[in-house]
Amino acid sequence: MANDATQSIHDPATAGEDQYLTFILAEEEYGVDILRVQEIKGWERPTPLPNTPDYIRGVINVRGMIVPIIDMRLRFGMEPLEYGPTTVVIMLRVVGEERERVMGVVVDAVSEVYNIGSDNLQPAPDFGTRIGVNFVRGLATVEEQMILVLDIDTLLGPGLIASADAIEAEATA
Amino acid sequence: MSIDMAQFIDAFLEESFEGLERMETELLALDDGDPETLNTIFRCAHSIKGGAGTFGFGAISGFTHGVETLLDRMRNGEQEAAPDTVNLLLRAVDTLRAQLHAARDGGEADPAEVAEVRALIEAHLGDAAPASEARTPPAAGGNDGTDASSGGDHGGPRGWRIHFQPYADLMRTGNDPLRMFEVLEELGTLNVHCETDRLPDHADAFDPEDCHLAWTLELEGDATRDQIQEVFEWVEDECDLLIEPLEAVSVPTAGAPPLTPEPAEMGATTPRRPEAPAARGGSGNRGAESSSMRVNAGKIDALIDMVGELVITQSMLTDISEQLEEDPSQMEAQIERLRTGLGELERNTRELQESVMSIRMVPIAQVFNRFPRLVHDISGQLGKQIELTLKGEYTEVDKTVMEHLGDPLVHLVRNAVDHGIEMPEERAAAGKPETGQVTLEAFHRGGNVVIEIRDDGKGMDADRILAKARDAGLVGPNQHPDRHEILQLIFEPGLSTADQVSDLSGRGVGMDVVKKNIRGLGGNVELESEPGKGSRLTIRLPLTLSIMDGQLLKIGEETFVIPLIAIVESLQTLPESVKQVFGKLPLYRLRDEYIPIVDLAALFDRTEPSPLPERALLVVAEADDQRVALRVDDLLGQQQVVIKTLETNFRKVPGTAGATILGDGQVALILDVAGIARMASGRDTRAA
Repeated sequence: MANDATQSIHDPATAGEDQYLTFILAEEEYGVDILRVQEIKGWERPTPLPNTPDYIRGVINVRGMIVPIIDMRLRFGMEPLEYGPTTVVIMLRVVGEERERVMGVVVDAVSEVYNIGSDNLQPAPDFGTRIGVNFVRGLATVEEQMILVLDIDTLLGPGLIASADAIEAEATA
Repeated sequence: MSIDMAQFIDAFLEESFEGLERMETELLALDDGDPETLNTIFRCAHSIKGGAGTFGFGAISGFTHGVETLLDRMRNGEQEAAPDTVNLLLRAVDTLRAQLHAARDGGEADPAEVAEVRALIEAHLGDAAPASEARTPPAAGGNDGTDASSGGDHGGPRGWRIHFQPYADLMRTGNDPLRMFEVLEELGTLNVHCETDRLPDHADAFDPEDCHLAWTLELEGDATRDQIQEVFEWVEDECDLLIEPLEAVSVPTAGAPPLTPEPAEMGATTPRRPEAPAARGGSGNRGAESSSMRVNAGKIDALIDMVGELVITQSMLTDISEQLEEDPSQMEAQIERLRTGLGELERNTRELQESVMSIRMVPIAQVFNRFPRLVHDISGQLGKQIELTLKGEYTEVDKTVMEHLGDPLVHLVRNAVDHGIEMPEERAAAGKPETGQVTLEAFHRGGNVVIEIRDDGKGMDADRILAKARDAGLVGPNQHPDRHEILQLIFEPGLSTADQVSDLSGRGVGMDVVKKNIRGLGGNVELESEPGKGSRLTIRLPLTLSIMDGQLLKIGEETFVIPLIAIVESLQTLPESVKQVFGKLPLYRLRDEYIPIVDLAALFDRTEPSPLPERALLVVAEADDQRVALRVDDLLGQQQVVIKTLETNFRKVPGTAGATILGDGQVALILDVAGIARMASGRDTRAA
């Protein structure tokens, strides 16, 4: 899978197109801007953090940097999946107002790299669930497959920190 | 220019800032004109002057010249080290610093201030020693330069003829005639005639590193003699120099080449750098945004030692593999050796990593050092008598933290001096010694660097703060904060309780900015104060990237690190010493004290505490005068850990002071004892 990704990277995106790395979560395909992908790692047990939401699995050491690991299934309120040999962690650069953070997201598997033109990106319908629509940059169809393109800065940025804060407030209130 | 001067200019500036800092420190310590101290100050000034001249900062060099002259008179005993002279010199240090800052940032120092200080220095020189012979030894060749001329030889000759005959080893000391000529060229039209008659005829006698040339230079223009002397400042002891006015605008010497580049090539690679004052470790540069840093030589030596160990371990491992190849029958023994070797390798690598990290840690003295001067100045201005005590200057903090600490601290110390300490008469009337005490102390506590600013002044009037806060609408009419809460109100925007807005502080902005800055560093600031007795400001800052001695603990499946200094003792419970309050809040009786037992697994996972086993292992820890007994499953080893913040990629996690990476690459959380105590008490009150 990761090999597929590296092969496709050699096709440069043409003008007006962006490259997206897609991953699988419960049979569905999701895309993230490939320029934000720092590396892809295998699953390793993180050190749990106290008083954080269940989807924050903990922190791991990535070459001396302490990086939080977020389980995307739990984040979206899906059934958890047993972590196995194909479970991968995608290290993403999340750009916030103050600084850039590196976070790892646990997904079922890494899928493909696609070039998607901005005009092929449709606005997302209102999901009205735990996935706020602002987490979704748009929907794209590639090879008859629907891909939900995520806005990781919103998904892993203030929203995530705030939800973690809310839980902490509850804990220390 | 043939080589990139920028890097040397940076070095010059950095060394100059250090020189200024040293001058400042020594000036403040200059009690009775101690000649050694004066010499040190003089050398600093001299280095700056020379460097500035070399790098073409004529104005700085000229300004420093006056300072240097004054210092020279002082060390020759022609001028007293009177307080006003010292103050003038301190002011000159400030002006110089401003000029150097301007040189660095490409701006311009306030010309009025520069001119004023310069005039003051000259006035000082004027009324002290009428005969100004006591300058730096005049260069051979009839240097009749006087200090009076530093104001400028206006209306002087239309130019100068300079005969410059360097001694043979001029270029070996890193001086470069070409550079000087270039500076001269900026002063006017320069004609250079090179005299080659000293060149040896025979190749055997020719040493290419010697300077065999001499020059006659004719400079047309309005340059003053001083300006020319400045150019030759660094070499005046290494050459014969004759500067005489041109009688008339002379016809350029026929056939003289405009500039002779050849000799310069030899010396060009080693431009002269100012002699750095022998400042070690302690005094650092003040340039807040400087990207280079001074590192204690000891830390570097430790690094080198460790790399040495690493090499030894590596060769030992190589040796084992060779022996295994030669004699496979010794397998067992060799594998044992291999294990030892690998263990050593791991330890060395880890230590190496830690020492590399520790390089970023700098003693807080680099910030503290500016305060003697500050307090000296302000107390003089206000007519107060203040003794400043610095403690714990060698407490190490991360470089980044330290750089952002300066301004808030300046503000707080100013406040203490300006508002805290009373006038001597007032103090005497209150039965206190006339000299007020201000103490600045730094120490490590519980994963924090704590900085305290204490004064024995008049303290804060809580009623007045409250009244002001009510006026400002910060406190509602029905709110009745306690004294501690009232005091913290001074950190709110727009609340200044100064009776009169003084030049120094009390401009209405201040404490809120201080608090914001310290919050920005992930720390907090608190005020305690007692009327008539004084105030104490406590700043707590996280030890980002810092190194700490830690005790490793096992709680459940997880390994945690607790700061060693927080541990009071570790013990096994005696069943009769455990008391259950309300049936669920376990307290442990340690001698005469009851300490709450914290089940960390439960506290962190927000589950019900598990029942306490009969003989549980407790670690009694203390922070902020609060004690907690942590239930642990096992005590592992002690080791130095590198503290890493969780905020880099996530956010602060309550109950932790960050994380560290253990030898096996796993992340372990560092416990924040104070935070745990707070969390535990919050939960317990709720549970009760």
